[in-house]
Amino acid sequence: MKAVEVRELVKDYGSFRALNGISFEVNEGEIFGLIGPNGAGKTTALRVVATLLQITSGSVTVFGYELPKEAGKVRKIISYLPEEAGAYKNLTGRGYLNFIAKFFSEGERFQNMVQRGLEIANLEERIDDKVDTYSKGMTRRLLVGRALMANPRLAILDEPTSGLDVVNAQEVRRIINNAVEGGTAVLLSSHNMLEVELLCHRIALINDGRIIAGGTAAELKNKYSAGNIEEAFVKAIK
Amino acid sequence: MIGNIVKKEFKELFVLSTIIPILVIAVVYGSVGNMIGNIGETMKEKPIIGIVDMDDGDFSNIAVSVITGRGEVIYDGGDVEEGLEEVREENGVALLVIPDNFSQSIYANNPGKIEIFWIMRGVGMMDSISSGTVEGLIQAVNQEISKTLIQQDSSSDPALVLAPTTRVETTFFKGKEIEGVSPGALGNMLMSQSIVVPIVVMMLIIMAGSSVISSMGLEKENKTLETLLTLPVRRSHIVIGKMVGSALVGMIMAAIYMIGFSRYMSSFQSSDINLANFGLALGMQDYVLVGISLFMALLAGLSLCIVLGTFAKNYRSAQALIFPITAVALISAFIVMFKDFDTIPAVLRILVFAIPFTHPMMAMRALMLDNYSLVIGGIAYTAVFTIIMVAVAVRIFNSDRLLTGSVQKRAGLGKLVWGFRR
Repeated sequence: MKAVEVRELVKDYGSFRALNGISFEVNEGEIFGLIGPNGAGKTTALRVVATLLQITSGSVTVFGYELPKEAGKVRKIISYLPEEAGAYKNLTGRGYLNFIAKFFSEGERFQNMVQRGLEIANLEERIDDKVDTYSKGMTRRLLVGRALMANPRLAILDEPTSGLDVVNAQEVRRIINNAVEGGTAVLLSSHNMLEVELLCHRIALINDGRIIAGGTAAELKNKYSAGNIEEAFVKAIK
Repeated sequence: MIGNIVKKEFKELFVLSTIIPILVIAVVYGSVGNMIGNIGETMKEKPIIGIVDMDDGDFSNIAVSVITGRGEVIYDGGDVEEGLEEVREENGVALLVIPDNFSQSIYANNPGKIEIFWIMRGVGMMDSISSGTVEGLIQAVNQEISKTLIQQDSSSDPALVLAPTTRVETTFFKGKEIEGVSPGALGNMLMSQSIVVPIVVMMLIIMAGSSVISSMGLEKENKTLETLLTLPVRRSHIVIGKMVGSALVGMIMAAIYMIGFSRYMSSFQSSDINLANFGLALGMQDYVLVGISLFMALLAGLSLCIVLGTFAKNYRSAQALIFPITAVALISAFIVMFKDFDTIPAVLRILVFAIPFTHPMMAMRALMLDNYSLVIGGIAYTAVFTIIMVAVAVRIFNSDRLLTGSVQKRAGLGKLVWGFRR
């Protein structure tokens, strides 16, 4: 079964067409990257799959559940990490993970889920400090912990390393790879083409609301006779 | 250079969120001003009264002469029942009855008795103004009799000269006959219902309402809303959870406020009249109804606030959105404080009924007077209002509205798009 199937997806905001008939698939246990410049439509596509936005036309299914009809079922098996996400500032890191875990499980499963979140976030003794006191990198690690602690069947990650320094970014990439080894499918977006090349099994290049090319990093570089994905993207949009 | 900075500061500060509060305050002050203006006019008006003079002696003639000169006498006969009927029909304030031994009693160095039958229509602050003018009229009668006593015999008993009349009062109020109590005293007894209850409800709505609107603003400002909306929880549960949480915070804040306020108000209440003696005390089922009315109004207010909160872009804009709720809660409290539901014009009555916050403000008074239909009707109305508002809120939560926000111009494209950030 495909983790995600998007067919001819159109999304309009008033008279502005943000997505213009895009189609792609994400397989189970795969990291699939949507890459493109700011304003290309990456976040809109991710928000639609994450059940946050309505579909203008086309179809989206997640593990066979159709959106928006079965949005409730989809929310039980996905986890979404927005680009500019935050956590409740008056909670401690541990309190925040507890709050989120209660929506997914109870009893021993709840304890295990929180424990997994604590391990992923790896904030040590600072986990019991208020989120308000965290640096951007610490907050992002907490949020990645939150997103992956429930062992979602699909993790939707919007610019997962956005704003992070090299060390924190590498740590987050390691966490994502570990999650995939545990069976989670990942749909992520990034405008950092080097990162996508390192992380993703397959890539779709998106520009101006349309997918202009797709495949593995090697296939894309070969297709456009490019040294890296960035170069391939520039050639693809010309 | 300075001009450039002034221009920038003006643009930063003179925004909708700073203008709206001032406009609201101006409107509220204006409304209060109008009400006070009406009080002045009402005080200038001659009170509509009836007189039954059974004495026809020297002093009763003085009294009748003063009353006729200062009041609008619509009945001047000898039958108390007929007089009362006439005063009721003509929307009068009181029937003054001077018994047959009035002058004789004064000549015998005893104060003459005046019987006052008050027709009371409401217990709002403005409803007792006309009875106040009658009180002034009685005062004038006393002065005139005192003057005559001094002129006739300078050795009169000083106590009699200072207080030549006594009064026996009966107040007819919404089907109840309350003996020995004037409308002023009754109004004082019901002060807690007239002032304290509306202010408690107003504070509760404002405090809880601001909590829920701020919560929506904070969710957006702290970027936690998107995560919340992708969790496996029904939208209706998010809406209800926010409402109940805010209601609890609002109740705690209002309780703290009211502890101080009720102590302050109790210093003004001097009446030691027991309401139960006049069938005005509330029973257990009445308190239950008041509680339900308050709870439903709180839910109605919060459901309205959560709909407004969906328009908040951040904490600052959320603060501006609180003001419409504050204004409506203030206006409701003022109307209920100043006027009784039964004594306001029909159009205003519809408006008062339509504002869900007014129902618990009026509930205690209404139940004292056995007006169950107003209270139960109010509960039913606020329940329907809440259901509609929650449905609207859930619909908004299910739409793109929460994330896409307001319409804004998108640079480069030259077209309007829903405020959306990639």
